[in-house]
Amino acid sequence: MISRANKILFSVLLLACVIMAAVLIRLRNRAQDRLQAEATVAPESIAEGTASAPTQVTLYVPNDLDGTLTAVPRSLALPADRNAQARVLLEKLVEAFGAPGSTHAMSVVSGINEVYFLPVAQAAGQTSSGAQEAVVDLSGALAAAQPSGIEPETLTLLAMMATLHANLPAVTEVHFLVDGQPKDTLAGHADLTRTYLASEANPEPVESGAAQ
Amino acid sequence: MALLVAAGSACAQTAPLPALPAPPVQPVQAKFTVVLDAAHGGSDLGARLQGDVLEKDITLTLAMRLGTVLRGQGIDVVTTRTSDANLTPEKRADTANAALSAACVVIHATATGSGVHLYTSALNPAARQALQPWATAQAAYVTQSLKLEAEIDTALAHAQIPVTLGRASVAPMDNMTCPTVAVEVAPLVGGHVTEGREITDGGYQKSVVDALAAALESWRNDWKQ
Repeated sequence: MISRANKILFSVLLLACVIMAAVLIRLRNRAQDRLQAEATVAPESIAEGTASAPTQVTLYVPNDLDGTLTAVPRSLALPADRNAQARVLLEKLVEAFGAPGSTHAMSVVSGINEVYFLPVAQAAGQTSSGAQEAVVDLSGALAAAQPSGIEPETLTLLAMMATLHANLPAVTEVHFLVDGQPKDTLAGHADLTRTYLASEANPEPVESGAAQ
Repeated sequence: MALLVAAGSACAQTAPLPALPAPPVQPVQAKFTVVLDAAHGGSDLGARLQGDVLEKDITLTLAMRLGTVLRGQGIDVVTTRTSDANLTPEKRADTANAALSAACVVIHATATGSGVHLYTSALNPAARQALQPWATAQAAYVTQSLKLEAEIDTALAHAQIPVTLGRASVAPMDNMTCPTVAVEVAPLVGGHVTEGREITDGGYQKSVVDALAAALESWRNDWKQ
């Protein structure tokens, strides 16, 4: 038989549990609301080096169905370091490839190991123009996730070249490595042995006589 | 040291008359020959397409079907491979260049996009020389390659097959001394006027092959211009 004192104690403990649960749920909802509000208001910040104020950048996202590149404006807080800026831009581009509804679908977590810059070689007697060659070190994970084909591979390279040139105009040439090593092709088709001119990445749609 | 490709070996056999100026370099033989290069093969599987279908098998199927149709039209055809063989890009270009052909069609397949993707070399056009640098041999043929691409584009449009045009660096196109177009066949995504079809669909393959054959027949009349 349960004593009256035990019944009272049990009731008090049960009441305390209910009150604590209600408080915890309320605190959790408040925290969730706060995080959602921050994500909506604040631009994407980059946890690398000293991030500057958010700036407008342009990512060139490919469309596999018509072979075009589409300019997508984004607000990013880029790091001060130029190499890191280039890497962040390309990482954001690769993220766009993996976004739901992407027109250039690719599932890769991290695609860019590093981006290096070299001065473009000038002919003897010419002064430096300030033009730079970007050496983009792609991750092996990106090469493995890249859909194989002339079009999908070429579009990936063109999108990176166009994005780099649009946001860092001094970049006029681009060379690609995979995990720090030269590789013949990206995924069996697009040539990675050559240095590309950034001007080859023409974001204008190519007209065709075919019906869509 | 750069390798060089002899683009006009035939001209060495015919000495010009003493009273006449030397004839221009004739880069291709008078007979209309088409080279079909089925990409990949052997241990080079190419792309994995729908299910377990491999790109190397689709390209070979398309090349063999196109070769049969072209021969039926009385066109000489040279193929870089007729079986599941491992060929280097250099060997493919060598076979194509030795044929002194009027058109080289490099056949690929992919699982992404829709319709047919046509690619020509990304090299800038350059003047034709007696000896072409191996790495940029296609530069002297880029203008003709673009014309051939336009013929194929038109024929595919007639067949209601969507086309994407582009320039790309894909081996062995840059080493070829002939008008060269890479034809990459993708599945047909259904749209307003098109019905969705898989790349393994025999009817779809026939539509593509027939359009390519029609384009090459048309090129037979235009290639010397």
